[in-house]
Amino acid sequence: MARRLKILLAKAGLDGHDRGVKVVARALRDAGMEVVYTGLHQTPEQIVNAALQEDVDAVCLSILSGAHMTLFPRVKELMDEAGIGDTLLSGGGIIPDDDMEELQTQGVGRLFGPGSSLKSIVEYFEEEIPRRRELR
Amino acid sequence: MGRLTLDDLVEGVVAGDRRCLGRAITTVEEGDETSWSLLKRLSPHIGSALRVGITGPPGAGKSTLADALVRELRTRDLGVGVIAVDPSSPFTGGALLGDRVRMLRATEDPEVFVRSMASRGCLGGLARTTQEAADVLDAAGKDIVLFETVGVGQSELTVASACDLTIVVLVPEAGGMVQAMKAGVMEIADMFVVNKADRPGADEMEFQLVDASRYLISDGRRPPVLKTSALKDEGLAALADEVLQYREWLHQGDRLELRRKAQAKTRIRELVRSALEEKFWSQAGVDESLSVAAETFRQGEQSLLEVAQSFWLSVREQIAVSDIS
Ligand SMILES: Nc1nc2c(ncn2[C@@H]2O[C@H](COP(=O)(O)OP(=O)(O)OP(=O)(O)O)[C@@H](O)[C@H]2O)c(=O)[nH]1
Repeated sequence: MARRLKILLAKAGLDGHDRGVKVVARALRDAGMEVVYTGLHQTPEQIVNAALQEDVDAVCLSILSGAHMTLFPRVKELMDEAGIGDTLLSGGGIIPDDDMEELQTQGVGRLFGPGSSLKSIVEYFEEEIPRRRELR
Repeated sequence: MGRLTLDDLVEGVVAGDRRCLGRAITTVEEGDETSWSLLKRLSPHIGSALRVGITGPPGAGKSTLADALVRELRTRDLGVGVIAVDPSSPFTGGALLGDRVRMLRATEDPEVFVRSMASRGCLGGLARTTQEAADVLDAAGKDIVLFETVGVGQSELTVASACDLTIVVLVPEAGGMVQAMKAGVMEIADMFVVNKADRPGADEMEFQLVDASRYLISDGRRPPVLKTSALKDEGLAALADEVLQYREWLHQGDRLELRRKAQAKTRIRELVRSALEEKFWSQAGVDESLSVAAETFRQGEQSLLEVAQSFWLSVREQIAVSDIS
């Protein structure tokens, strides 16, 4: 049997809303994935530390505070330094389309806005992760 | 970057590299051939960590206490690993992990290696490969490996058989529980902690436990009773002292060797049991025979034991389980 997909969900930065991320966590679990939720107010260092220790297939940031243009690149940078730059970095929140595109050129995976369906998130991981596992 | 080879993993684990450690635990979680080769190569480095299980009723403050204890141990420059087990969904196999531990302050310290594991169909509060994950942390030079589990039913016993030191955590309100406590739970305690000692009733609880511990003397040692307030960070230094004293005690004579041998027996027995069971039920024809037996039983003329016996006789010939790998 293929190894289960393991996903890290993190709330980075200052915003204190985790209803959305918990809904996503349950949807991923119900799709058969193992989900590690870090809790609120995680620093990029803590997030990458957790990603290393948990050896996850994807790191997902939920950012509603507007700080995505600093947090995503910072986490990406730390992941590269730690040798897990091939691991998927994805996430969601309130992120304008232009910013999403810009982040994608920096090596961030697909990002999901507030209207995204849970199904589309699940499908994205199911498709993207097996491809990436070849590299890890 | 790029893929990690077995050599990389062995080297990286021994050097304490976080990425290699993380990957090595994923590898042993699979329980496949690579996993056993990895552990075999790590084995010269395995054996010096003290494996500590913290158990007790839900809400006793086990996570909070573990967090405070880890931070106390860190002030003494000890390397610490934490393995937190959460249940997998029996329906989808998915799991929500580390909800409790990942929020704790100890996780801010990159030297504390915290790993969540899904139980993956294993009952009893531990995952099938929890011990192997602990082996990896042991090989990485951690001095203490803490097991954090969800308290459910039989889990206390499973945890105890996997640990060098079992700490049973109770709260002041549990007064009446000492007498009523399930047989076997008191006996597994190498140490008692009355947590939430900031609340009324802690002294009374302590008194009851000290009294009860008279009957729990084993190998000349009476389980000590400590009071802590994990929330207020009180009593943690004394608890850490006690843990380290226990470690010394365990290293005297052949105590450690005896414990480790008993643990090895449990692990081998468990591996044989699960492998045999899996092989048996997947043999051709076994499932059909089981259906036939179930129908016979439903007709109501034979007892369950009779049905089970004839089922066994009918499949016994067919089974050929010669090796378990
Ligand atoms: N007053 C007081 N409350 C505490 C203390 N330690 C923990 N708590 C509280 O007790 C509650 C349960 O703590 P946890 O650490 O989650 O308990 P647990 O035993 O791990 O719980 P399960 O994971 O459900 O088995 C939390 O609200 C803690 O803040 C303490 O020393 N004093």
